[in-house]
Amino acid sequence: MTRALRDYLVFLRRCGRIAFVGDWRYYLWMGVLTVFCLLGLNAYAKQLVNGLITTGMSDQVSWGVYIANFTFLVGVAAAAVMMVIPVYIYDNEELHDLVIFGELLAVAAILMCLAFVTVDLGRPDRFWHLIPGLGQLNFPASMLSWDVIVLNGYLLLNVHICGYLLYCRYRDMKPSQWFYIPFVFVAIGWAVSIHTVTAFLYVGLGGRPFWNSSIVGPRFIASAFTAGPALIILALQIIRRVTEYHITDRALLTLRGIVQVSMLINVFLLVNEVFKEFYTGNSVASSQYLYVGLHGYHALVPWIWTAITFNLVAMFLLVLPLSRSLKWLNLTCVLCIVGIWIEKGMGLVIPGFIPTPLGQIVEYRPSLNETLICVGIWAFGLLSYTVFLRMSVPILQGRLAKTNESLPDPGMDGAPASLAAKP
Amino acid sequence: MDRRSFLRTSAVLASGLAALAASLSPLRKLDDYVSLERFVQKYYKELTPEEMKQVLKRIENEVERQYGIRPHVRDLKPMDGVEYVYALNLTRCIGCRKCVHACVQENNLSRTPEIQYIRVLKMPHGSLDVEKGEHNYAPESVPEKGFFYMPVQCQQCKNPPCVKVCPVHATWQETDGITVVDYDWCIGCRYCEAACPYWARRFNFTQPSIPKERINPDMAYLGNRPRRQGVMEKCHFCIQRTRVGRYPACLEVCPAGARKFGNILDPNSEVSYILRTKRVFIQLKEELGTSPRFFYYFDT
Ligand code: SF4
Ligand code: SF4
Repeated sequence: MTRALRDYLVFLRRCGRIAFVGDWRYYLWMGVLTVFCLLGLNAYAKQLVNGLITTGMSDQVSWGVYIANFTFLVGVAAAAVMMVIPVYIYDNEELHDLVIFGELLAVAAILMCLAFVTVDLGRPDRFWHLIPGLGQLNFPASMLSWDVIVLNGYLLLNVHICGYLLYCRYRDMKPSQWFYIPFVFVAIGWAVSIHTVTAFLYVGLGGRPFWNSSIVGPRFIASAFTAGPALIILALQIIRRVTEYHITDRALLTLRGIVQVSMLINVFLLVNEVFKEFYTGNSVASSQYLYVGLHGYHALVPWIWTAITFNLVAMFLLVLPLSRSLKWLNLTCVLCIVGIWIEKGMGLVIPGFIPTPLGQIVEYRPSLNETLICVGIWAFGLLSYTVFLRMSVPILQGRLAKTNESLPDPGMDGAPASLAAKP
Repeated sequence: MDRRSFLRTSAVLASGLAALAASLSPLRKLDDYVSLERFVQKYYKELTPEEMKQVLKRIENEVERQYGIRPHVRDLKPMDGVEYVYALNLTRCIGCRKCVHACVQENNLSRTPEIQYIRVLKMPHGSLDVEKGEHNYAPESVPEKGFFYMPVQCQQCKNPPCVKVCPVHATWQETDGITVVDYDWCIGCRYCEAACPYWARRFNFTQPSIPKERINPDMAYLGNRPRRQGVMEKCHFCIQRTRVGRYPACLEVCPAGARKFGNILDPNSEVSYILRTKRVFIQLKEELGTSPRFFYYFDT
């Protein structure tokens, strides 16, 4: 027992140490991210002192880019796990190890989600009011309380799965099926649930006709399964470039298949929505504001049309064989990610508030301080993901293993202090 | 570890900590969060009468320290057999906004930034569609020809979406029909503000400020005691008045007599009479099923 504990602590210590070791590119990257994190932290400190008045939000537009980013990232987190499906259901070996990278991305995305909701709170010091038993969690009536539960549950699930698989690999044991397969399947279902619950957050508001529509949920899922795997395609190529980790093109193309189908569904749903809004001629005021402008206010119009253009171009590229070449595939992925980020962020959250339920039109523009906080959280997310990869890649490669416990950690003490270090 | 790498590690560590401290330096001005008493304060419904006394005393002290005036803060409970209802006569309202300002004064609403619970809409004849309303009308004199005026405030819904969505039960409906907020429990997520179909909720985006001489010292815990940064507030039918049998401030000030308020469970009350005898009265956005306790009617 104590031995097992000792082994585990050694494992954790070695993982922790390796996060601080790398070549100059690694230090530069981490250094830049840290600077952005600190800038964000500084901006958040200002917000804590002066209140949310430091943001562009108002009583009229009471949620802004924080919740927009949150919404987008829930999608990323959910979709990261979708890679698991081909592996476990269709036994696609190609993606087997890559699942861990996907789940680690999910963990990083959830951490960012939690950060984004926290910075959105007016009284973060009272977060404990949400803890069941201690506070007064309004479950099951409030969709927000559902979100708190499913997000934290999802975080735990993924941390467990990744942590367990990596630790087994570290010790060179075969993972016990019972210890993770059931969790993998729960996580797949759970991934759909975090996104559905987040969609219901909006759909459940009867006083906001723009959100109170049954298409919001399906569109959430479709767009998440487009942007999430697209992000993973890019991440995998970066991993492949800066480490010696072998990732096949076939794996990337499998993911392309997922992005392809999801994007087609996403655009189809978009067409449905736009048709319903505009054909009958009695469209919801918020939709008018979003797509064509309302009473001379049209701050969001260029954004949404950019997003739609990106999505359409990406869709065409995806169905063409052209995007089987990585260069084009990367471009397509960037288009998907940016397009959906705009659509889910600016295009879904903000127009729900414009005009207000009393018909007032107040536009919203994020403030500098607010933007810095967002940048800080994104930097924090990237930092976390980098650290996770820095720990897991050597383990998967077998360079960080129990058997070499006594040897110096890879990339330390004059040894090739590089991510690309050969085993 | 040799000496050089030790020195290097410590240098990195020291500069990292310095950067962290610098980035957190704005927190030095943070005095609002430090009170431990307030941090651990219990939920309104869980406070024992004894604890409530302590809390009320603490609030009185805080207000006195901040505004130099000793208030009288009470925890007023709903009365038995009472359900409040508001009725507003659209034929009479002249759009003078006196109710807006009386409310600000009565309920210790923040002057900078400006918070107001009542919004008066200038509506073109013939339509009750709020999207046609004008919010910032400012003519030489009211009323203007071709328009009528519709004040909107919290409708004290029977089926309030704001209560349903609150993740921490910080807002709830009392037995007399008033939906209240526990300002010491709200986490400031603003979900209720998004949920309210009448735009009746207001958030304290920063520390509210009220000139000392304008403080109304007659306060209630769930009513007009001063709020803090980061919490939600809204119209509560002047709990500090109505629960001791007085009329709301907006009603008393109305020069046109457009506002009626009372107990719907009492068949002899004025509101009961109005709802019984008027041929038309309206609940705003009735189709949403929120079932407001705020009725608009016309002289017919
Ligand atoms: S009007 Fe708005 S704030 Fe008032 S009870 Fe109804 S939903 Fe809640
Ligand atoms: S802002 Fe406060 S009252 Fe409103 S939903 Fe959030 S916690 Fe509840």
